[in-house]
Amino acid sequence: MSRQPRASGYFRTDYAEDLALLGTRLERVSASLFIIALLAFPLVASPFQLDLACQVFLASVGSLSLMLLTGYAGQISLGHAGLMAAGAFTVGILFRETNAPFWISLPAAALVGGVLGIVFGLPSLRLRGLYLAVSTLALHFVVVYLGGEYETRRGFSTGIVIDPPKLGGVPITDGRAWYFILLIAAAATLLLCLNLLRARTGRAWRAIRTHETVAEALGIGIAGYKLLAFVLSSAITAVAGALFAYYRGFVSVEAFSLFLTIQYVAMVIIGGMGSLLGALLGAAFVTVFPYIIEAGLLALPGAQRYAGVLFAVNYAAFGLVMILFLMLEPLGLVGIWHRVQNYLLLWPFKQRPVTGGRR
Amino acid sequence: MQLIVNIIVLAAIYALIACGYVLIYRVSRVMNLAHGELTMLGAYLLFTTASLFVGHPVTAIAAAVILSLVVGILVYVLLMRKMTGEMVLAAILATVALGILLRGLIVLFWSAAQQHPLQALRFSNPPIELVGGARISTCAALMVLMTILVYGALFAFLRFGRWGVRMRAAGQNPLLAAQRGVNLHSIYALAWGLSTLTGSIAGMLIALDSGLDQTMVIIGLKAFSPALVGGLDSLVGALVGSLIVAGAEVLAIHYVDPLLSDVVPFLVLIAMLIVRPWGLFGTREELDRV
Repeated sequence: MSRQPRASGYFRTDYAEDLALLGTRLERVSASLFIIALLAFPLVASPFQLDLACQVFLASVGSLSLMLLTGYAGQISLGHAGLMAAGAFTVGILFRETNAPFWISLPAAALVGGVLGIVFGLPSLRLRGLYLAVSTLALHFVVVYLGGEYETRRGFSTGIVIDPPKLGGVPITDGRAWYFILLIAAAATLLLCLNLLRARTGRAWRAIRTHETVAEALGIGIAGYKLLAFVLSSAITAVAGALFAYYRGFVSVEAFSLFLTIQYVAMVIIGGMGSLLGALLGAAFVTVFPYIIEAGLLALPGAQRYAGVLFAVNYAAFGLVMILFLMLEPLGLVGIWHRVQNYLLLWPFKQRPVTGGRR
Repeated sequence: MQLIVNIIVLAAIYALIACGYVLIYRVSRVMNLAHGELTMLGAYLLFTTASLFVGHPVTAIAAAVILSLVVGILVYVLLMRKMTGEMVLAAILATVALGILLRGLIVLFWSAAQQHPLQALRFSNPPIELVGGARISTCAALMVLMTILVYGALFAFLRFGRWGVRMRAAGQNPLLAAQRGVNLHSIYALAWGLSTLTGSIAGMLIALDSGLDQTMVIIGLKAFSPALVGGLDSLVGALVGSLIVAGAEVLAIHYVDPLLSDVVPFLVLIAMLIVRPWGLFGTREELDRV
């Protein structure tokens, strides 16, 4: 899957090796160390750090699904917050109206997301690029309007309060429990994406992104695969929204503004287009960024004066970082990471050999 | 009667903002999602100049208009110039990022509270009685007049002006235009300047009529719908689209539900995208450009 240069001495000799997620011993060791670190993290973390980690996992689920759609299938979507809102409101409405447990409302959210994915995806069969961006943007407003309408009609004008989900009769309120639940959700999403992408579906999506006409000439059913991308991505996004609703215990349309969409698109951009690692890095970066700004601002002298303008500073800094990434590092954080990797692999040489025809 | 007046005023607002989208799209094929923020910035500029030149409303307005033109040109020179030739998505996202940056900066400089440039300029805004008992505020009437004026000027400029012809040429075929000696960068910069200028005029008039706060961004975003309904590369289309969208919105507010006002433009937009994605007056080949 990776087109990065490898250390010498590693050659793939059969298809099984080519499909393996972790090819070398170094990869296996570092992956296990990373997993152990993730599992051990709640033992040492403060409640605030735990909450931050949970937010990163939630954002990862959303950004992975958007990466699937935009980074791999090449379909632009500006309706991500609308889909999350749909998932969250499915949970909220089911809880309020029927008191449904989470093992009903989570699949229901996925179902609603999938159906909305068809609605969002149908324009993509006719529209491309800019027009698709616009139509998904418009759908975002429609979904958010419907959610707001439900809130006002049923008298939850400030939002819907949801009880924590119960697992075997015990409500999940502990931060550590949530950490592991969201970690599992993020890991499951990552595995799903990895498996989709190294199989036929992923190859078809990449072909469509590279050149639609050629992909069609190769016998790939464009309409089917595009819709599949939308349906899968939307279903995962809706589940992310549903998890968000359970985690916060509260659903309100205010949480799903256009800014949320932009944040997710920013995760994909800042992380690096066309890379699952990028989606994860972007999610972590965008989630932690406001807290860094806040900490930096409060460390300045006369901190109290800045407290009122904090969100404005956040907005401005966020826009600035996005612009900087778009202009200076279009490949995103993954681009930087790959450059570091290259540097270490090629050391003491600076450049890759030009000849040989391998990229 | 009042309904018709409302529709015309809203259509004028939309048309004045929408022509900014059309100008930029027509010339450089970029969809400017920061237009709402630029519109708002224009209004805030007027607020500032009004408090700088107390007692000289004309100077204040002229200064604000010129400043907004400069802002538009600066946006191109500093930001969008770097994005020419990049992916469509990258250019759109650059405008989105610019919008967020502007929104943050505006709150930092002017605070999020509602401002009233009307008082700052010492103007009054008496309602005017029209035939049939309808009422229209002076600023709204001014808005309609301004829309007619701006569109007349733009049509004349694009049809007969030397730079207008160059703009159309750059929009039709950038490569050929460049080879015939048209300086694309200055054309694009001019398009951004003009677009910000017209948007700012709309923003100033809205602010004069009903005060100034962050919600103006939504109006700017809603005005994207008329631009697309009419066809993103057609000024006539923007006018017609504005009338359609404004009509639908005012009627929906009056007969169905006031909450619908933020959704109707997007519903019209979706309907249009399903039936005729390139808009009423747009050029069909646009679809395959991406």
